[in-house]
Amino acid sequence: MALLPNRSKASGHGLSDRSLAWLFVGPTFALLLAFNIFPLLWSIYLSFTNYRANRPGLEVSWVGLDNYRRLLDDSEVWGYFQATAHFLCWSILLQVLLGFALALLINRKFKSHSFWTTAILLPMMLSPAVVGTFWTYFFQPQYGIFNALAALLGFDANFTMLGDVDLAPWAIIMVDTWMWTPYVMLLILAGLRSIPPYIYEAAEIDRASEWVKFWRITLPMVLPFVVLAVLFRAIDNFKMFDLVNQLTSGGPGSVTELASINLKREAFEKWRTGYSSAFAIILFVSIYGLSSIVVRFLDRMKQR
Amino acid sequence: MKTTVHSPLEPRPWARRLAAVLVIGYAVISLIPLAWIFMAGFRTPEDAIAYPPKVLAEPSLLGYVHLFTARTRVTPDQLASAPAPATWYDAEVRKEQMLIVGPSRFKDRYLNSLVIGFGSTFLSVFLGTLAAYGFSRFRVPGKDDLMFFILSTRMMPPIAVAIPVFLMYRQLGLSDTYLGLILLYTVVNLSLAVWLLKGFMDEIPKEYEEAALVDGYTRMQAFVRIVLPQAATGIATTAIFCLIFAWNEYAFALLLTSGTAQTAPPFIPTIIGEGGLDWPAMAAGTSLFLMPVLIFTVILRKHLLRGITFGAVRK
Repeated sequence: MALLPNRSKASGHGLSDRSLAWLFVGPTFALLLAFNIFPLLWSIYLSFTNYRANRPGLEVSWVGLDNYRRLLDDSEVWGYFQATAHFLCWSILLQVLLGFALALLINRKFKSHSFWTTAILLPMMLSPAVVGTFWTYFFQPQYGIFNALAALLGFDANFTMLGDVDLAPWAIIMVDTWMWTPYVMLLILAGLRSIPPYIYEAAEIDRASEWVKFWRITLPMVLPFVVLAVLFRAIDNFKMFDLVNQLTSGGPGSVTELASINLKREAFEKWRTGYSSAFAIILFVSIYGLSSIVVRFLDRMKQR
Repeated sequence: MKTTVHSPLEPRPWARRLAAVLVIGYAVISLIPLAWIFMAGFRTPEDAIAYPPKVLAEPSLLGYVHLFTARTRVTPDQLASAPAPATWYDAEVRKEQMLIVGPSRFKDRYLNSLVIGFGSTFLSVFLGTLAAYGFSRFRVPGKDDLMFFILSTRMMPPIAVAIPVFLMYRQLGLSDTYLGLILLYTVVNLSLAVWLLKGFMDEIPKEYEEAALVDGYTRMQAFVRIVLPQAATGIATTAIFCLIFAWNEYAFALLLTSGTAQTAPPFIPTIIGEGGLDWPAMAAGTSLFLMPVLIFTVILRKHLLRGITFGAVRK
């Protein structure tokens, strides 16, 4: 430190720590206020009106809770939430099972495992909209590679994955699983690596079987990481728009019409701005509520 | 009898080999779609829709030619009366009874993605570094609540955010502008940047700065000369994550831009529409678009976990 120039003079002119703190944190908060808080408050206001963004001249009238009442009474809206729940639950279940299995296998540290781990990670970093676009090519019934591969496995493969009412919900789950299994795997792998080896050594001395070691040591120790992965995936898939919009844009019929997809239709095609603002608020509150429950669960798990 | 000494924690060789086979099997299968899309970029439009799909086909650059040019179909007479082709791709297009009428919009969309991606990354890393240092070193009232608030901004569905922002931008004249999209991406990335960078800053020992302060540095000088160089890796990592997010983003770009400031993600799906079933051109555009992200992912692999969990898991 002796090599550093001595600047005792400058320190006298320096700002106080408190004003510096505001200087450092201030700009970020100004931006967040302008682009998060203000729009959120505006959305809340709009959700009580019948405003339509495509007719700026029209008089805006206060409709109270009408938009909310209409949304919650609408059986179609419940249908969109059910489609979202179906997508969310199955995609997360598949990703956790596959991701857990892969993480356990990679944790055996075979030669070149880090190279293959990186290879597996690639899909999750891609643009979901672009992924959705090129998967429509793979799902083409005649010339798509999906049916060709299914035929190799011995299926009578002429699936119209994106055009069939029964198959389309599974097509979006499949692509999401392809894309995000690496994410769950990476988190669980971190969990596995955080288990101190002496616990297994102790179990070894007690002659515990592999089965017991898995249920009594591995699973409980990794569980917080699994919950974290589920939390992040659930938030993401609750908001799901880009991937599914490109794959099916809600069709056929409305079997893959997830909440966000319908929200876009109401807000930017039908231009029912007031109604869709109410929809947006309901979505945000659901996601926020769900994640605070999970976060509380996670905290309780850590305390134990 | 010969027994090999075997650590209880080391998997047995056969178990290890089985794990390798299964993991490599999964990796290869999951990479088939990527390989297929890169290959499709080098096919002729006929080969791309061949039934059954061809694994090997005569390579062709037609997809890339289509991607970068706008063409029009002409009659044989018109083709004969046109001046001789000036370039190889001009000649290539004429074999399909078409003439090049100009460049396509792909290059502009790609450049827009670059400008908006780098612009917003610079801003969010700049502001994020300041805020993260503030949160890491100063006593900010209600710090934990503020940090959680920053995180909760990520729970808003993009479409829900887009409704009021659309109205706001219409008032301010920011619709379909670079500035509009740069500001919006900056705000979305700020939550990630602040959380990640705070984690990196927390890891830098306070003693370094304290020593510098004792030596007569001001806070600002200590921040610039001592902390910033120490945080360089963290800042670079954060920057790449912000860049990838801005590069990949689709919903805001779709809803808030139409012409001048549109980025590549909402544009790529429209490539197929222009030529009926022009899958090679779409595949070519997709390949060029995905390439930078694939390279960055390989560079980032050590820090990936930290980035995708907002620093919740640091490894």
